[in-house]
Amino acid sequence: MATLDNDYLKYPERSYGMDHDRYDWAMLHDRKPITWPNGKKIALWVNVSLQFFPINQQGIPFKVPGGMTKPYPDLRHYSLRDYGNRVGVYRFFKALDQFNITPTFAINTRLAERYPYLLGTVKERGNEILCHGYHMDKLHYGGQDIAEEQELVKRSLDTLRELSDQDIKGWISPAKNESKNTPDILAANGITYFSDWVNDDMPYEFKTKNGNLTAMPLATELDDFFIILNNLHSAEDWAHQIEDAFEFLLKETETSGGRLLSLNIHPWVLGQPHRIKYLEQVLEKLSNHNAVWPASASDILDVWKAQK
Amino acid sequence: MKEDPEYYDYWPYENRPKIQWPNGAKIAFWVAPNIEFYELNPPNNPYRKPWPQSNPALPGYTSRDWGNRVGHVRQMNLLEKYGIRGSISLSTALCDHHPEIIELCKERHWEFFSHGIYNTRYTYGMTEAQERDMIKDSIETIYKHTGQKCAGYLAPALSHSENTLDLFAEVGTELFGDEAGYYSCDLFHDDQPTPIHLKSGKKFVSIPYSLEMNDTIAYLVQKTTPRRYGKELMDNFDRLYTEGAESGTIMCIPTHNYQVSNAHRIKAYEEALEYITGHPDVWVTTGKEIAQYFMDNYYDTVLADIETKNKKYGNA
Repeated sequence: MATLDNDYLKYPERSYGMDHDRYDWAMLHDRKPITWPNGKKIALWVNVSLQFFPINQQGIPFKVPGGMTKPYPDLRHYSLRDYGNRVGVYRFFKALDQFNITPTFAINTRLAERYPYLLGTVKERGNEILCHGYHMDKLHYGGQDIAEEQELVKRSLDTLRELSDQDIKGWISPAKNESKNTPDILAANGITYFSDWVNDDMPYEFKTKNGNLTAMPLATELDDFFIILNNLHSAEDWAHQIEDAFEFLLKETETSGGRLLSLNIHPWVLGQPHRIKYLEQVLEKLSNHNAVWPASASDILDVWKAQK
Repeated sequence: MKEDPEYYDYWPYENRPKIQWPNGAKIAFWVAPNIEFYELNPPNNPYRKPWPQSNPALPGYTSRDWGNRVGHVRQMNLLEKYGIRGSISLSTALCDHHPEIIELCKERHWEFFSHGIYNTRYTYGMTEAQERDMIKDSIETIYKHTGQKCAGYLAPALSHSENTLDLFAEVGTELFGDEAGYYSCDLFHDDQPTPIHLKSGKKFVSIPYSLEMNDTIAYLVQKTTPRRYGKELMDNFDRLYTEGAESGTIMCIPTHNYQVSNAHRIKAYEEALEYITGHPDVWVTTGKEIAQYFMDNYYDTVLADIETKNKKYGNA
């Protein structure tokens, strides 16, 4: 067995706080409590991720989770993802409106270019739009050339801002994957909050070379894709997990400040006919509860910023 | 390389001497929260890749950081509610990074045992001297920050060498004599403690630390639903509790704050803890207390029984 260099037993970052300088170490438990408007206990952020998975996937530097897995042309994965943008999302719109949920939409810029009708519908609804990168096969990744990534972020944001008529402050990288430079590049391009780091249940300040961003939690653990297609649980199990999470967070607010329940949902997952009922049940239960404040990410962050 | 690690002898699970835990308890129940620090950019190890993505590997790193920032207090409050002191499998660098967590656990008289320095530094490829240094650093760090003489070991990320258990026991003796380095959580061959053969002949036991009940195995490998995991914990307990009437058993729930403390999972965990601690003949304890009690009361009896059983049909 090859042996290790003695440097393997050196620990240059072994000191107080984090092993990097992006944010300060702070336990949620020690932070100042936050109060949501009108005495609400749980801010509910429902984000719909609208995604384009190109069939000519390059997979640089890896195949994006949820992307093509078969040799070209992988019609089955391409079309099943496209189902969400043609059919599933219209079920989502109805469900969200039926239960008075204010969603946000994180859109791949390439999808906004390809489907003006869908973008127009979202614009007309007046909901906040976040940029979800260019498309699902344009990953941001460790080792990526910085000029290439700068161009990618700029193109994604410039185009989406122009097409959407919104100034676009929020960002979610495809697969929540980043390079070391991504936060710096986002801050330089007018992004104020992003949701790639899933290390907290409440927003926190994130340092970049170009000013601070806010890290806005968007739970991967409650994501429909993660629970249903990664963990292989049923949609009913997804609903149980959301209900259990909600009840626990609500109970936690008895001894802490307000909490955030963030649900990232995909029309190609929960928008299927056999699954949509469970999304509707969850939205109904949450919207009927008087402790819940359904709000956009920006509205939640405005309240948080005023009190932090 | 050997065919068998040679740590223990065959010991059939029938007609064993009756172990009785304190106050006639049938089962010793302990919870082992792994309190870990995973590095964002650890050095490369040729035998195991710390993260699937190139630096920065956000999915894994950020979820584990969540465990320390958010999850720890949630699980700690829950264990306190049910009168359980955690036996912490500790990435000992966490004493430097997050001393607040160490203080909270100290105040609650939890046990600290060594789980290496970081969970992103593997034993694979270490020379004997390097592994000895790493283990010594971890035991000294625990003593410096908590005043505890480390009794137990679980190798970082379950990465072992052929020397691991010997080195842990020897370093424990070197630093604190018989008061440190006498039990291991690295072996999964039994539901009762087992005397372990070491080169030094030191009295040393394996204490069951169940991989099957480990939340990370349940959630990441088996991809169990939270409610199903809660049910499995209760099923595991029911069987061991019944069998414990014949000879005392051990149930361990090894946890990770980044798994079990998630809002959608903690309720199912709480239901299991409430169920288990609600039974009368349960000794709610720590890894170290089980190891001590076994060594003081049953170690020799068990050794004799193992010898008798192995003679019954002739030695292999």
